[in-house]
Amino acid sequence: MLLIALILVPTLTALAIVFAKNSKQVKVMAAAGMSIQLVQSLYLLYVFLAERASGNTEPVVFYQRFPWYNSLNISFDIGVDGISVAMIVLTAIVIFTGIFASWEVEDQYKEFFISLIVLATGVFGFFISLDLFVMFLFFELAVIPMYLLIGIWGSGKKEYSAMKLTLMLMAGSALLVVGILGIYFNSDSNGHHSFNILELAGQTFSMNMQRIFFPLTFIGFGVIGALFPFHTWSPDGHSSAPTAVSMLHAGVLMKLGGYGCLKVAIWLMPQAANELAWIFLILTSISVIYGALGVIAQTDLKYINAYSSVSHCGLVLFGLLMLNKTATTGAVIQMISHGLMTALFFALIGMLYSRTHTRIVHEMGGLMKVLPFLSVCYVLAGLASLGLPGLSGFVAEMTIFVGAFQHPDWFHRFITIVAVSSIVVTAVYILRVVGALLMGPVKNDDHTKFHPATWYEKLATVTLIAGIVIIGIAPLWLSDMIMDSLSAILD
Amino acid sequence: MNPTLTIFIILLPFAAFVINGLLSNKLPHKTAGWLAVIAIGISTILSWQTAVSYFLQSEPYIRQLVVNITWLRFTETLQVDMGILLDPISVMMLVVITTVSLMVFVYSLGYMQGEKGFVRYFAFLSLFSFSMLGLVVATNLFQMYMFWELVGVSSYLLIGYYYNKPEAVAAAKKAFIVTRFADFGFLVGILILSYYTGTFDFITITNPENPAIISMTGISFMGISVLTWAVVLIFMGGAGKSAMFPLHIWLPDAMEGPTPVSALIHAATMVVAGVFLVARMFPVVVFHAPAALDVVAFIGAFTLLFAAIIACTQTDIKRILAFSTMSQIGYMMLALGVSGYGHEGLGFTASMFHLFTHAFFKALLFLGAGSIIHALQANDIRQMGGLRKYQPVTHILFLIACLAIAGIPPFAGFFSKDEILTAALASHTVYFGIATLAAALTAFYMFRLYFLVFWNNERTYAHTPHESPAIMLIPMSVLAGGSVVAGFIPFGNFVTSDLKSLETHVHLNVAVISTAVALAGITIAWLFYKRKSEIPDTIAARLGGLYQTIYRKFYIDEIYLFITKRIIFNLVSQPLAWFDRHIIDGFMDLTATATNWISAELKEFQSGQLQKYAYIFLSGVILIVLVVLYTYS
Repeated sequence: MLLIALILVPTLTALAIVFAKNSKQVKVMAAAGMSIQLVQSLYLLYVFLAERASGNTEPVVFYQRFPWYNSLNISFDIGVDGISVAMIVLTAIVIFTGIFASWEVEDQYKEFFISLIVLATGVFGFFISLDLFVMFLFFELAVIPMYLLIGIWGSGKKEYSAMKLTLMLMAGSALLVVGILGIYFNSDSNGHHSFNILELAGQTFSMNMQRIFFPLTFIGFGVIGALFPFHTWSPDGHSSAPTAVSMLHAGVLMKLGGYGCLKVAIWLMPQAANELAWIFLILTSISVIYGALGVIAQTDLKYINAYSSVSHCGLVLFGLLMLNKTATTGAVIQMISHGLMTALFFALIGMLYSRTHTRIVHEMGGLMKVLPFLSVCYVLAGLASLGLPGLSGFVAEMTIFVGAFQHPDWFHRFITIVAVSSIVVTAVYILRVVGALLMGPVKNDDHTKFHPATWYEKLATVTLIAGIVIIGIAPLWLSDMIMDSLSAILD
Repeated sequence: MNPTLTIFIILLPFAAFVINGLLSNKLPHKTAGWLAVIAIGISTILSWQTAVSYFLQSEPYIRQLVVNITWLRFTETLQVDMGILLDPISVMMLVVITTVSLMVFVYSLGYMQGEKGFVRYFAFLSLFSFSMLGLVVATNLFQMYMFWELVGVSSYLLIGYYYNKPEAVAAAKKAFIVTRFADFGFLVGILILSYYTGTFDFITITNPENPAIISMTGISFMGISVLTWAVVLIFMGGAGKSAMFPLHIWLPDAMEGPTPVSALIHAATMVVAGVFLVARMFPVVVFHAPAALDVVAFIGAFTLLFAAIIACTQTDIKRILAFSTMSQIGYMMLALGVSGYGHEGLGFTASMFHLFTHAFFKALLFLGAGSIIHALQANDIRQMGGLRKYQPVTHILFLIACLAIAGIPPFAGFFSKDEILTAALASHTVYFGIATLAAALTAFYMFRLYFLVFWNNERTYAHTPHESPAIMLIPMSVLAGGSVVAGFIPFGNFVTSDLKSLETHVHLNVAVISTAVALAGITIAWLFYKRKSEIPDTIAARLGGLYQTIYRKFYIDEIYLFITKRIIFNLVSQPLAWFDRHIIDGFMDLTATATNWISAELKEFQSGQLQKYAYIFLSGVILIVLVVLYTYS
């Protein structure tokens, strides 16, 4: 399997769009390109599982190395393990559905779809990189188009939100640069410094070095993973972003944070992780419960989902910091589950907004009657979010909780129970919204004249729901795939 | 019968759910309804077959893992299986659930006819049956928790079936959230138990000789062993589902759902899941966490009396039945709480027996209420009266159910209640007193309802009420048959705490007392309500505030509302949202503003104006000269 194709396909798609003549062509090209991307991601999943089944236990498979900047020992190293494969499939699904959720974009459509696909390219590149420098490069490639996408195609106070989001993420990047350089200059592989994760993982850094650079990298990635108190870019960013951008952002981009925390901060500096985890555990358990309680007071659908993402992504970092295989597996499943679920939420919010022109919950009501298809999808997304068995959120949360409970000391016990209590609060805010938005009598007479869900809306939502249901009903293969890869990282 | 066939008992309703759910706007009503009925019908036949072949085995009964597949792996040792565990209680529950489900499904064909969401209704109902069946055959705690949540969501969907009605939406939400809160305890209990025992598996964790369980009794937290903590927390989940005080507030509101739903979910099956859970954990609780069993007994006894008192004052036919359900489940909990093991396990058998008989007569009461509501389109018993003329069949069937629940021999409720009273008497006189008093109250409020609805003042109705169609009356008749004969089943031969048979017989002294108090209750109801009478109102007026307090259900709802609205929403969530926007985000904005301001100030230094540069240069020189002079002088 040529991993490089995962970057080439979106790049070529973006290039091809440049030559498209009208909006129809742009959309068809984008859809075709992302369909190919989805198919090849699923194929990657298949060959990866086949490779593992055939007995390949290398930490990373399909490894390739293209020397790039030899004097600094930077090379284009790519390869995947179970976690990256899972994240790649997630990204492919979200960008695929994101294209269809943007089917009605007519304003500067060419630039819009190009930016969207470039963003996705950055994400795919990030997940296959094994070289910290290249990884960082792709990270930035994913963040920059976000600024344009929100600033140009956004709504509300879009300039403010775009600026805020970019500045906060850039501040995180600044910490990351320092962290990555710190790792680089403290490394020693055959007399050279190295950016290669696999080489770095074989080394033990001094405790003094780890104490400085673990927090830097963890917070650096944590900012994009909505770590409390660096999460405030998220509500504003989401509320201003166009639908597909919110989907990609919450669905995929926030996952770069969790992924980076695991693959860089925790993997490379395990001793410091062990020593300092408690500080971040406090912050993440605050995220979990604070985000959830914060939602209850919100009235704008996007704010609701943004705060709920703070809570759910808090759970991702919470699981990672438990530093055992079970909780970490749960955290990775939570990334995927949240990615699918929140993409679905944002897609639906966009679809409702395009009809009602409002996102304020109490200005709508009784939508079940007028938009049955979308409403049922919304209920399903809500049920996934509140952790109903049979849907993906349950698997993820339970794995995190059981993993977290394996720590027998009272500190871990206490924060775990705090985190578990979020299942109640989540139920409260989800059912409040479902009740007010979809049920009850129809509030606004104009709302009875909506056109029903279109084919592209159905395609987007059904694809996401399929992912949520598959993981929810048959999670074993996924959790095994992730857990296998964690042997290299956590043992 | 091949035991692996039991898997179809569970899968058939699921298939009906999937088909009806996916094709909900394409299938004709008739097809969808009969599809669900046939699916549950085959499940019922299979369940009875399973029960017959299971109980025909020689004793002691064995616990049989029929199917077990790995669903998820947490650690090398801790994994979640999905499977089917057959033992006396699960087999008994299979029979109860499928039989009552089948009756309710058939009844619904008539009751829900012409409803717009007919297919959706049958999809949800099938989902419920599937989940409930999966719950009772669970081989491990985690599987049980999963299906536990699924019955919760089925209940949510069905209570909120009339989603245009704000009351129904609110009730559905309330039911889900209150039980979710209880499940929070359940989940923490599971986490504790699985951590110490390294498994979720029922056969292992309920084995009293399991060394891991014994070691848990040695570890204490706040003076109580972790095993007791775990069991009490698990019981919290059970108390939520079974509407035990103080987690009962959702059940009366849940009556907003269609009446057949109330019969199936909120009377016969789902609400007894908590009892089932305690019974499931019983062997380990009785030996190693007796304190937890005391909690069960206390909560059960309290709810028993509490709900019975409230039931005497209510006027909505379904709410009276809801409080009655709470009260009857209180009996079951009390019986489990006072039970011992093996030869002293009468309470356990009594509890399961009452669960069994109650399923029949309570489902019948609800279906009867449904038949009345269907005819009158009203729920308030003050608007009813003299219905025996218009609905003679419903009248007779309803009367049978009333006699059964009141504990009049030879109806089913008499036998099971008699065993409970005997068990309570062996434990503590106070419990016996409460149980007997509640028996009198039960007879009173049921016959208050009966007389008010079927006798009392003969009023004229705007639309003459009609007897319900046969498709509704036939299932009711089947349940009535169950309410008459179920008491004669020698339950002690089948369902016991230690899987061996237990000698049970009617305890004569107890039987005389319970029958006497039941008759007394009926007589008072007859005096008060057979004809229009001033006595009840006079008594209510005499009691004044006390009556109001009972009528308002002891203001428990108001207390909850105060906590959720006033405290959590107004004092936690709102300030938190403000804090986030103004303090945390304010700080971020402040950083940006400060940067902006500093840059605005600094940019003056690079204005490009020569005069300014000269001025700054000169000022600098003067400043340095002054500093130098000052330091060297």
